[in-house]
Amino acid sequence: MARARSHRYTESPVLQLAFPAWRSRLAALALLGGFAVLAGRSFYLQVINNDFLQEKGESRYRRELEISASRGRITDRNGDVLAVSTPMRSIWAIPADVKLTPEQSQNLAKMLEMDGRELNRRLAEDKNFVYLKRQIPPDTGERIAALKLPGIHQNKEYRRYYPSGDMTAHIVGFTGVDDKGLEGVELAFQDQLLGRPGFRSVIKDRRGQIVEDVGSVKPPQDGKDITLALDSKIQYLAFSQLKQAVDDNDAKAGGAVVVDARSGEILALANWPTYNPNNRANLSGAQLRNRAVTDTYEPGSTMKPFSAALALEKGKFRFDSVINTAPGKLTIGTATISDSHAHGLLTLAQVIQKSSNVGIAKVAGTFPAEEMWTMFDNLGFGQAPKLGFPGEVGGRLRPWKTWRPIEQATMSYGHGISVSLMQMVRAYTVFARDGELIPLTLLKGDGNPVKGERVFSPQTVREVRAMLEMAVQPGGTAPKAQIPGYRVAGKTGTAHKLEGGVYARKYVASFVGLAPASDPRLIVAVMIDEPSSGKHFGGDVAGPTFANIMSGALRTLGVPQDAALQVAGSNAGKEAL
Amino acid sequence: MLRLNLFLLLAAMICALGVVTSQHKARKLFQELEGEQERARSLDVEWGQLQLELSTWATHPRIEKIARDKLHMHAPEPAKVINVPAGGR
Repeated sequence: MARARSHRYTESPVLQLAFPAWRSRLAALALLGGFAVLAGRSFYLQVINNDFLQEKGESRYRRELEISASRGRITDRNGDVLAVSTPMRSIWAIPADVKLTPEQSQNLAKMLEMDGRELNRRLAEDKNFVYLKRQIPPDTGERIAALKLPGIHQNKEYRRYYPSGDMTAHIVGFTGVDDKGLEGVELAFQDQLLGRPGFRSVIKDRRGQIVEDVGSVKPPQDGKDITLALDSKIQYLAFSQLKQAVDDNDAKAGGAVVVDARSGEILALANWPTYNPNNRANLSGAQLRNRAVTDTYEPGSTMKPFSAALALEKGKFRFDSVINTAPGKLTIGTATISDSHAHGLLTLAQVIQKSSNVGIAKVAGTFPAEEMWTMFDNLGFGQAPKLGFPGEVGGRLRPWKTWRPIEQATMSYGHGISVSLMQMVRAYTVFARDGELIPLTLLKGDGNPVKGERVFSPQTVREVRAMLEMAVQPGGTAPKAQIPGYRVAGKTGTAHKLEGGVYARKYVASFVGLAPASDPRLIVAVMIDEPSSGKHFGGDVAGPTFANIMSGALRTLGVPQDAALQVAGSNAGKEAL
Repeated sequence: MLRLNLFLLLAAMICALGVVTSQHKARKLFQELEGEQERARSLDVEWGQLQLELSTWATHPRIEKIARDKLHMHAPEPAKVINVPAGGR
């Protein structure tokens, strides 16, 4: 039956119709063509245009977030904070978008602690962007954000605070906008202190919450904290004593430096006048200058011990070689050197003790110029001390070939050569370190004594130290620099100031000393510029300031006394030595 | 054959539900982590502010002023200081 029916189909005249062969081929071709177009399109989307489309897709849900990094803190050697960044908010507006009711704007003005009219004036400005107030406390920022005012926005900024203010202004320095160091350590260590913000890309859900991290995360790098060698206590001591001395002597300016003779660490560096780094309106150049590092002066007699040391080192003089300084005047060529008090016969030690210009000039006259230049060069004069401080100077040390005899003579007592206070302190490390010159550092070290470069032999230095001790004792130029309980070795300096190439009746009084003399631990230098209240000798002006700073610093560090002054136990004196 | 297919279907469904719940849990935990990290950041900021406050209160001029004026303290004269050697030998 089935078979019969199928036969009937084929016999049906409708099915008997014969189509031309090309029709079926055309249909197949059209279908194939359609597939080819589809495949081409998908190839275009999936392969050629893939990256673009992926990006577009991701941008619908993916967000790039910046992770902020903070600037490193600057602390003193005991961890007391000297500079720290704390986040603040800045409020800004797009004036065109702002639509405030009078009540709202009054409220906003109150929160910003601004005058209502001033606020309205700013909002009326024809700009796309206007700061309403920068650096307001974060909690105020939160409260303003909670008001949800249209057109009012805020962003996060950091503000740098300096809790110790003017006291450490010169050493720490300050930053400008955008966390860029402009002065002092802030500038010198900008690279380490600077934080580098990181990035992360995340998926946010429709409530704005982060759901997932996608792709790469670049972690933020907070700036490194810098620990300075500075000791806040000693810094305060140096600063307050220096300020006192400048006030008492009606001086123009002053500087003081305290250095640890074992490690070369700068424990204090004070300058006057100074400024408040937290409020830098009306700053003058005089306030900004870090005199101890960037200004040079003619040191005067504080230079004498070096010539004495050279004389001992070369074996030309002994501790007690006698030099005739009468009648207190010495003429070399057309120039005359004179002493402030005329002396007769003096030993080399007494020349230092009484600070005789004539005596030391006679000593210096026996050296070849090259020998003396080499010593000055070895002591670091004429070269910047390489602390990393901005604006460090090297002073002036002329090449020895150009020296005339009178110049060699004046250089021996510190005229015709200029140095910074920091260089002077560095040079004095040779007397504290048995003849080694050590590098100074702003940063806290590991507590180990540093190695230096030998300039003089230990024997020479011991003898010079004895001379420097005599200068502080009765009969010397600086009895006021004595400290009860400690043996002090030091040298005064009273230099005329050069003004327009002529020595004026203006002075720089200075004192550089070390203590305890039996095993020097600290070097303190004090410089007072233009004392004008009657006294101008280094021993009278800078000596007492030195003694106050040194005695306070020794007590702060708990340095054992080395002079017999009421010592408990019979062995104590020996032990301290 | 049919039983195996049903079993595999069931297994696939269980796995799918597992993926959904673990994804959900992961997101919950991630949000928690976010919150804690945010807290850590704000605590760090607070620590900085407290350090700042501490240094402001503990500035040496202020301490000296209080010691001198309020507590009437002064540094001992050197003659009144007795040095005790370390170790007591």
